[in-house]
Amino acid sequence: MNIDNMNSMLLDVLKEIGNIGSGNAATALASMIDKKVDMDVPQVKILEFKDITDVLGGAEIPVVGIYFEMSGDIDGNIMFILNYESAVNLVNMLFNRANSNDNLEEMDMSALSEVGNILAASYINSLSSLTGMTLKISIPSINIDMAGAILSVPAVEFGQLGDKILFIETQFEEDDKRVAGDLFLIPKIDSFGKMMKKLGVS
Amino acid sequence: MESVKVGMADLAAVKSPNNLTTLGLGSCVGIALYDKLSQVGGLAHIMLPSSEEIKNNSNKAKFADTAIDILLKEMIALGARRKNLKAKIAGGSQMFSFQSKSDVLRIGERNVNATKRKLKELSIPILGEDTGGNYGRTIVLDTSDGSLMVKTIGHGVRTI
Repeated sequence: MNIDNMNSMLLDVLKEIGNIGSGNAATALASMIDKKVDMDVPQVKILEFKDITDVLGGAEIPVVGIYFEMSGDIDGNIMFILNYESAVNLVNMLFNRANSNDNLEEMDMSALSEVGNILAASYINSLSSLTGMTLKISIPSINIDMAGAILSVPAVEFGQLGDKILFIETQFEEDDKRVAGDLFLIPKIDSFGKMMKKLGVS
Repeated sequence: MESVKVGMADLAAVKSPNNLTTLGLGSCVGIALYDKLSQVGGLAHIMLPSSEEIKNNSNKAKFADTAIDILLKEMIALGARRKNLKAKIAGGSQMFSFQSKSDVLRIGERNVNATKRKLKELSIPILGEDTGGNYGRTIVLDTSDGSLMVKTIGHGVRTI
């Protein structure tokens, strides 16, 4: 299968996968921070490598990336990305602190990893219970750095097969817009066939 | 003076006073070549070590081996002399770590090794290197003197 000539049905299926997964993830996030969380309709994006970093507002913007390996009926990765300010606001909400501290300490990073873990797990759990697919995720790996450097990791995976990257993106936003994050589901192209078969689409 | 931006899996060659920059290198490697006499600089942002391991290898700028060849040609076309060329490299970090030591996660290290191998093969000396670690880098090649500025988040700014 080639990313350049993907049909619209496959894109719809991918979008629906995003929809199923992220609804649950949004609910999980809302219950963790005890705030209303809005979610956009997930989008399937196919981008050239050179445009990837613009997705998050620029290659040098500092972001927190929480990265998972996904295996089973879909192989690939899940990545939850928060801009730095959102990450600080999110941990302040979790720890019930005033917004006085702008540095992320080890404890904060560990809390963010756990938030990512709960989001990613609720995403794939709902996906797996609704579709009957078997899905597993690894433990999270977290890093704070430039958006370009963080996104280069999934880009390299796609680089082995072609010159474009495909991902399913859902944007989350807390009611007061203090926390905004992006959840990326990045399926490996060679698992598309298996995934479509499992979903009964051909 | 213009700063020409090189994207991921992309390359460019310019003559002074234009500079070259690439933003947010993670596991990718930025390969800066420079000819002091003609003041021609070249920069490649490679993602993968070898075009020979990959079937779909039409984008030559993506791989360490083929990108350096093309960059060399473009620089010579701008007046650079092959024997004057010096290299500086940056990037090749490992942004995330998992217990499974899969090849994809070690890609930064493999990119750096492949770049060095190729430069050695072409007898282009490496005058400066800032590679490895687990953080991203933005680099700017100053074509007036061949210095390469490396900017990071939380790991300082240095010039090599």
